[in-house]
Amino acid sequence: MSLPFEKPILDLEAKIRDMRTYAEEQEMDLGEEIALLEARLERLKAETFEKLTRWQRVQVARAAGRPTGLDYVGHVFDGFRELHGDRTLGDDPAVVTGLAELEGRSLVVIAQQKGRDTKENIHRNFGMSHPSGYRKAMRMFDLADKFGLPVVTLIDTPGAYPGIAAEEQGQAWVIAASIQRMSRLRVPAISVVIGEGGSGGALAIGVANRVLILENATYSVISPESCAAILWRDAAEAPRAAEALKLTARDLRELEIVDRVIDEPIGGAHRDPVRAMDAVGDALRAELDSLRDATPDELLRGRRTRFRRLGRFVEIDAAA
Amino acid sequence: MALERWFRRSRPTRSDDDTSPAGLWLKCESCAAQIYRKDLVANLYLCPECGHHYRMPVDARIESLADEGTFERWSGGLAPTDPLDFVDTEPYLGRMERVQQKQGRPDAVVSGGASLGGEPVALVVMDFFFAGGSMGSVVGEEIARAAERAAGEDRSLIAITASGGARMQEGALSLMQMAKTTVALEELAERRLPFVSVLTDPTTGGVTASFATLGDVILAEPKALICFAGPRVIQQTIKQDLPEGFQRAEFLLKKGMLDDVVPRDRLKETLGTMVRLLRGGAVVPDAEETHVATV
Repeated sequence: MSLPFEKPILDLEAKIRDMRTYAEEQEMDLGEEIALLEARLERLKAETFEKLTRWQRVQVARAAGRPTGLDYVGHVFDGFRELHGDRTLGDDPAVVTGLAELEGRSLVVIAQQKGRDTKENIHRNFGMSHPSGYRKAMRMFDLADKFGLPVVTLIDTPGAYPGIAAEEQGQAWVIAASIQRMSRLRVPAISVVIGEGGSGGALAIGVANRVLILENATYSVISPESCAAILWRDAAEAPRAAEALKLTARDLRELEIVDRVIDEPIGGAHRDPVRAMDAVGDALRAELDSLRDATPDELLRGRRTRFRRLGRFVEIDAAA
Repeated sequence: MALERWFRRSRPTRSDDDTSPAGLWLKCESCAAQIYRKDLVANLYLCPECGHHYRMPVDARIESLADEGTFERWSGGLAPTDPLDFVDTEPYLGRMERVQQKQGRPDAVVSGGASLGGEPVALVVMDFFFAGGSMGSVVGEEIARAAERAAGEDRSLIAITASGGARMQEGALSLMQMAKTTVALEELAERRLPFVSVLTDPTTGGVTASFATLGDVILAEPKALICFAGPRVIQQTIKQDLPEGFQRAEFLLKKGMLDDVVPRDRLKETLGTMVRLLRGGAVVPDAEETHVATV
């Protein structure tokens, strides 16, 4: 699976591979030629990814092969132990929660999980939670507070699931409650948007002291497709909507909605998952270190102030 | 999905607009009776024949709840900007300007202090006729300030919600208002001051999924549409018909999501009683940590 704008890159990669094979078969030394092509490949990748449109970044954020929540959990943390169930309705596979260690310190991990193939995607409902998933997350917030464990959430969802059961079970109610519960944590909380930050379904586990985002991830009030369907009455206008919504990591940093953008390997996380996951691990260690000395009260107040401040408006003369 | 209705219609069909071609008379959309418009207005925008609840303009709502002459407006000092340079079929601020003129306010919410049945309250009333009551930075900030001022002035908070959800034209900043309004409720909670929310038709999306459903008591008006995802979105997703009465107030009451469904002509009395009863306990507002630990 490749994205349309990746074709020249993949073609060049194929050419280099062919040349290597040929050189081996013919026992020729094509080292110089190959090195030239490899340099060209790096330049091409850098140029392509430097000037990606917002819509292209949306596609990178959703790309097959991009590391998912569980990939990060397995790579970044040690000894992850999954904890299941919300104790009320069931166990939502679209959210994976549990305990793990990072540099010998235990923490609570909450990860939205898309599938890595069709079968898993169906099992995980494409990363779209039901109310049960948010209840499970809230149970983890309780656990974290009780035992003084830092919380790391990994955000990757198209949005909370819009279905009959989800609505009947109070999707809006649990999202609101999860936002509130997370804002009340007395332990450090860090969120990383690793793929798609889909609206309220993402924010429900995104009320952290530090909100980080991967370079090609997105975070938006609505999907470009839905936005286009409403504003232009045509979902095919999604590229225009993506531009208008300013939903890329860079945009969000400028709007002060995220605190830090984590660089991805050139070509996107799906082309070099290990390097992307290492980068997230480094960022998490640094952020957790920076919060280590904060008191519970400072953590709670800091988080509250952080979100209280967000928004852009002008003061006017009300009498005018 | 937020603004769908607003963008599809040049004028809300359930408008209070006296200049509409329907003129002095209108046909009730529920019972089809001919209603004299003045009777509708005089009757809290309830059909005099069948009691159908029409969407109520903000000023009429405030008048129906605040004790006479007690409402003091707090909102109105903030106006939207265009942080995204958002252009769809027209630039965001151009669109806003038209709506601001039509509705006579800078954004989709009015707040103020009042006495309600003798109880000191802060009222927050959303204006669905203003851009579908959508929540952007101004709406979020006004609600947050009203909640904080209520806490400072020892008032209960009452929110009358009506909204298509978060405002798309301010992108993720609108999304963040869900968190902002939520954290702004904390001082009220710490001071043990009641927050009662009244969900009116329609309350959807990011408003339902934030402060609106965080009331100590959550009430709704009869037949109000209350949801996270709108019915059309769900239908498109699951490609099935939706159950009868789905996402309506009575349905949600049965599902355990609401404390009660209250007809509009009983709302003031109900709110006054709720607030009085909630404040009638012996609880001494205490250190801020306590409520957190008891979640």
